[in-house]
Amino acid sequence: MSSSWIFALGGGALIGAAAVLLLLTHGRIAGISGVIGSLLPPLPSDRGWRLAFVAGLALAGLGTALIAPSAIGASVRSSTAVVIAGLLVGFGTRLGGGCTSGHGVCGLSRLSARSLVAVAIFMTTGAATAMIAGAS
Amino acid sequence: MSTSFVCGGLRCRVMSIVLAGLAGTAFGVGLVLSGMTTPAKVIGFLDLRGAWDPSLGLVMAGAIAVYAPLSRVIRRARRQPWFDGTFHLPTRRDLDGKLAVGAAIFGIGWGLGGLCPGPGVVAAAAGSETGLLFVAAMLVGMLAQHGWVRR
Repeated sequence: MSSSWIFALGGGALIGAAAVLLLLTHGRIAGISGVIGSLLPPLPSDRGWRLAFVAGLALAGLGTALIAPSAIGASVRSSTAVVIAGLLVGFGTRLGGGCTSGHGVCGLSRLSARSLVAVAIFMTTGAATAMIAGAS
Repeated sequence: MSTSFVCGGLRCRVMSIVLAGLAGTAFGVGLVLSGMTTPAKVIGFLDLRGAWDPSLGLVMAGAIAVYAPLSRVIRRARRQPWFDGTFHLPTRRDLDGKLAVGAAIFGIGWGLGGLCPGPGVVAAAAGSETGLLFVAAMLVGMLAQHGWVRR
């Protein structure tokens, strides 16, 4: 097993543990698009834990920039492509009710049929797009 | 049944915020360790041709291996989470067009940029230009969808 496999598995386990902590403390699904999207208008009343979770996520980014900046990879696409990607990810995750975390981790764990369908679809269109756009 | 409480006091409210923040940080560190914040790696995982890198499949596997059993234990053992009166879990079971179209659009964006929402936020907070650009566009996309729904 190469080190990237071990890091992938270990990082994944830590993501799972973080999702467990959010469920235990706040009874919420750790779906990043939902946590962030619900901070935008129309504003919810339960902003506290959402802001704290996103701030924690950001803290991980800040820490990485200080300790291991190379772990944040540069884009392999043009700025225009990155903007288009962001727009599609924002719109799509809110329309489809989740992303890799909410549907992928939490939804599949709950054996949700909606999440299973969503994951199958976004994996397929993701793979198709990556192949059409090319590896570089 | 273990004891449950919904907090009113300051100490409890602070704890609830600190633990939500800790969950976010652990989530973010997991994303970084696993390689999800490296767009080239994500695209190498999604691009099945040539030197396919399947390692990122283990991220979801590792997360589910932890979350699936422990979330069940929590749901069985507790009537409510520590800091809320109830669990807020999705109840919908129907498959609809919005789910399919939304997932398809998300996948296209993910395959194009190599970033999904969590890694995007982590990269932006790390000061990555790509991350900042991606998250700004993502928020616009989310707002557009919210407006589109209300219309």
